[in-house]
Amino acid sequence: MSTENVIEAKNLTKKFGDFTAVNKITFNVKQGEIFGFLGANGAGKTTAIKMLIGISSPTSGDANVAGFDIYKNAEYIKKNIGYMSQKFALYDDLTVKENITFYGGIYGLSRKRIKEKRCQLVEELGLQEVTNELVSSLPLGWKQKLAFSVTLLHDPKIIFLDEPTGGVDPITRRQFWEMIYKTANKGTTVFVTTHYMDEAEYCDRVSIMVNGKIEALNTPKELKEQYKVDSMNDVFLKLARG
Amino acid sequence: MSILIKHISKSFKDIIALKDVSFEVNKGELFGLIGPDGAGKTTLFRILTTLLIADKGKATIANFDAIADYKKIRNSVGYMPGKFSLYPDLTVEENLEFFATIFGTTIEENYNLIEDIYIQIEPFKKRRAGKLSGGMKQKLALCCALIHKPKVLFLDEPTTGVDPVSRKEFWEMLKRLQKKDITILVSTPYMDEAALCDRIALIQYGEILEIDSPQNIVKHFPKKLYNVSANKMYELIESLKNYEHQYSVYPFGEFVHYTDQRDHFNPKELQQYLETNNLKNITIETTNPTIEDTFMELAK
Repeated sequence: MSTENVIEAKNLTKKFGDFTAVNKITFNVKQGEIFGFLGANGAGKTTAIKMLIGISSPTSGDANVAGFDIYKNAEYIKKNIGYMSQKFALYDDLTVKENITFYGGIYGLSRKRIKEKRCQLVEELGLQEVTNELVSSLPLGWKQKLAFSVTLLHDPKIIFLDEPTGGVDPITRRQFWEMIYKTANKGTTVFVTTHYMDEAEYCDRVSIMVNGKIEALNTPKELKEQYKVDSMNDVFLKLARG
Repeated sequence: MSILIKHISKSFKDIIALKDVSFEVNKGELFGLIGPDGAGKTTLFRILTTLLIADKGKATIANFDAIADYKKIRNSVGYMPGKFSLYPDLTVEENLEFFATIFGTTIEENYNLIEDIYIQIEPFKKRRAGKLSGGMKQKLALCCALIHKPKVLFLDEPTTGVDPVSRKEFWEMLKRLQKKDITILVSTPYMDEAALCDRIALIQYGEILEIDSPQNIVKHFPKKLYNVSANKMYELIESLKNYEHQYSVYPFGEFVHYTDQRDHFNPKELQQYLETNNLKNITIETTNPTIEDTFMELAK
């Protein structure tokens, strides 16, 4: 992990009418860091992520993501990050190969580059036998790995993963985290939300949002010491409802 | 016996959703069906709630046959599907009223059953169901599934995507319902919730792997399990995976859970191996297998 910050948020705020969804959050994320962004349902996580990835404009505050200002250069941010949500956006009626080609095109990669990347991905994921199969026919775990790889197609500096492991089996969940480790080890920052508290333990640092504010931010180890509990689950239970 | 399932199989074209599934749920039991997406949990729920007919096998619910007595079953069970299935354009109050009327009862008649859940959403009773937060939708859905005082309650992944605090509250509600003589069959992909059931069935690819109490199911884990930690997690996992004697290596919170192929395994050897891979602050300690460890081993 380097010391360079790839996300810097300062007093970032979003209001909807009288309701403050995100209330002056301030934090930094380093290059190559696995950063866990936790909080109860409705705490403001999704609203915060939408601002960081440049699709929602803040009410006030500042943020710089992948070297770009979220007000002035939102379009550049989108080109330098990857985003994967629980409902991954693969096209069920396209084949594995077509999905990769499609997303490569969206990110503006050259045909040559798309072909290189496709071969590399297919080999890394062991998808050789199903490249010409429709995505709808793949098991959930494979779709998820493919979706993860597609978010990395354009070599983004940061990837945002919004509950990427919901509902998958424990073995696939762990294989997925091995891909996350591998990605972070190569220097890509991973910004991840999850409701599995054992996954919070895998992060370098985690923040916990409560009612729009970041109430805690530290390494899992230090959070557990600070709150005098044995697991991140207990840290979460202590904090998330006050 | 509240639920009796005998040799149930179901296929959709060439996909086998359930393969010879048999188990029983006792009256008043909180029984967990634990398995990932695609394991066949929802198909089984749909068969037991008479919404789908099995290809083979037999099921009785509250002593009624799933096919011959399907109308009686529908009056005796509550079903909360995984997908939110209330009317989004009706208010909280209207939804509850609607379900009570459909079952020929009133909210007042069974209010004691839902009271401690309903009071949490009552401040929003004039709000349309579609505008509720996830946690509130889930509570309303549970109220609607309970309003006709069912003997058996089917809950299909009620806590998927729900945060740990709301999940804990939801399970506390289930424990209270159980005391009111309601048999509960609940499915979940969260292994930590399995520990809260009286008995659990582990299911994968349409087959039951094991049925036992949460305390006993971990006894099916065949190996001695070790917690391993070191200064660098990714390098630790990679090194352990490359170790010639490893049997299984899974990240588990702040540790890696490790088992060895050999019966006579000396942790010191592993320690030396990890040191030669430039890892520091190495700890290797025995630990007790969890339900998740057991599931992963049985699912291998």
